[in-house]
Amino acid sequence: MSQARHSIFRTGFVHAALIAYTLISLFPVFLTFINSFKDRNAIFRAPLSVPTPQTFSLIGYQTVLGQGDFATYFQNSFIVTVVSIALVLLFGAMAAFALSEYRFRGNTLMGLYLAIGIMIPIRLGTVAILQGMVAANLVNTLTALILVYTAQGLPLAVFILSEFMRTVSDDLKNAGRIDGLSEYSIFFRLVLPLIRPAMATVAVFTMIPIWNDLWFPLILAPAEATKTVTLGSQIFIGQFVTNWNAVLAALSLAILPVLVLYVIFSRQLIRGITAGAVK
Amino acid sequence: MGSLQLKSIRKAYGSHEVLKGIDLEVKDGEFVIFVGPSGCGKSTLLRTIAGLEDATSGSVQIDGVEVGHVAPAKRGIAMVFQSYALYPHLTVKDNMGLGLKQAGKPKAEIEDKVGKAASMLSLDPYLARRPAELSGGQRQRVAIGRAIVREPKLFLFDEPLSNLDAALRVNTRLEIARLHRSLKATMIYVTHDQVEAMTLADKIVVLNAGQIEQIGSPMDLYNRPANVFVAGFIGSPQMNFIDGARLGDKNAKTIGIRPEHLGLSRESGDWKGKVVHVEHLGADTIVYLESEQVGLITVRLFGEHRYAPDDIVYATPMVGSMHRFGADDRVLA
Repeated sequence: MSQARHSIFRTGFVHAALIAYTLISLFPVFLTFINSFKDRNAIFRAPLSVPTPQTFSLIGYQTVLGQGDFATYFQNSFIVTVVSIALVLLFGAMAAFALSEYRFRGNTLMGLYLAIGIMIPIRLGTVAILQGMVAANLVNTLTALILVYTAQGLPLAVFILSEFMRTVSDDLKNAGRIDGLSEYSIFFRLVLPLIRPAMATVAVFTMIPIWNDLWFPLILAPAEATKTVTLGSQIFIGQFVTNWNAVLAALSLAILPVLVLYVIFSRQLIRGITAGAVK
Repeated sequence: MGSLQLKSIRKAYGSHEVLKGIDLEVKDGEFVIFVGPSGCGKSTLLRTIAGLEDATSGSVQIDGVEVGHVAPAKRGIAMVFQSYALYPHLTVKDNMGLGLKQAGKPKAEIEDKVGKAASMLSLDPYLARRPAELSGGQRQRVAIGRAIVREPKLFLFDEPLSNLDAALRVNTRLEIARLHRSLKATMIYVTHDQVEAMTLADKIVVLNAGQIEQIGSPMDLYNRPANVFVAGFIGSPQMNFIDGARLGDKNAKTIGIRPEHLGLSRESGDWKGKVVHVEHLGADTIVYLESEQVGLITVRLFGEHRYAPDDIVYATPMVGSMHRFGADDRVLA
């Protein structure tokens, strides 16, 4: 009896903590969202109140969508994020497979070398990266961004995925070898489906910094045709006057695609099909 | 067809030698079991035969053809794993047919062979299911079916029954024995369970620390163990080992006698001892006694016997049941 009461108290406490954390995390998003539907005066006069019929205004969204280029910005952000994630997952998983599956000289050293990238921020290399991109004629292209983000995402991907790959049963891979599957088929058809939850985790961790990044778009691809959403929103933030309606509307819009991607990946997170593969 | 020759197979991981020169010949249609304690290299040896591990040196020949550099799929083998290793995303039917599909066999032929194997293992009702929807015993039958479908020259079993519970283990053991009779295929089977080894094998290979200790039929190993290790490994409860000097034998360092070859009496006998513990198993009674002359020994009596701890009893070995081992632990002629 006392144990049941105790556990109710404990779950209650855990839930209270989680709810508190959720509220704290969601509050800025909520604030951004409600203020994006208010007129300029209302934003400053009562930033915490929800829009009322008197203060409701779509002026921010009109400005953003009227700007015309925002569709392009969204498209750019989307292309860069999706292609980068795809490349990070593909190459990350391949490297992780090699590191966890094959015994070769320098295996551990290679694993450490690839993991060091987690600790050293890629921005330290910005100057060299810019010089490289200039030399390769890639400045103001989405390719430049994709390359940089792929490099940025790989260390964590290799690290997480190789840990997961180690948990995939050797017997299963060996059964595949005896059945005549090539190493590529074993990787793509046996191993990848089993580590899908890990792939989704990596995708989420990789996606958010890429989508939100301002630094590299500003430096490598500031041209009108290659602006991302985060960079595009900056035109409303001036040195003297900031068009808060437009900024908040742009940010609210920018949340949506990333939310959609997150929902897609989190479904994968839950849908593990490992059950029953091995005892 | 399906003979196997191993010639001085060695396998080392760095400086650690797992297999120290294995020579073995398996004839067509034989059921050979590798048995030994964990870490003795029996699974490594099986994997070397399968081609999943490369031997550091030595040669593997299947049907007289050197297969050292042949991919596992091309060796004409099939393997059943301890963990079943079924493809989780494929149905039972596709699991069993994948090997043939990879080999580019026509669909009708695959269908036919899978159907035959499935009915042989009574798996017909489950063909459309995925492994997750099967019980442990059914999964292992699917794994065996996957091996049968390939019609291999050699069946390799890597502790296939270890994950099953006791009742299923007996059933599946019978099933494997039946398969061996009906398919007349060559089978190599790894286990650490001596009951499986004794009941299934035509020939048992006892391995210890990367070396073959003895090869022989189950009864050979039981009746004529070549050395102390095999004598102790085969038979349960374990053979009693008595210091030769204690029995006044100058040549033998160790004398072995199986628990079932000792008689027990309350009145008289060779070795007087006090009962330490008694295990009543119904069919057998196992008596542990501490004797002044020979130390702690185990006696296995058939049927029920009313001995209790602290009873004073006399044990007498049956005539001709002693195994004498020399200073090198090998049996004395």
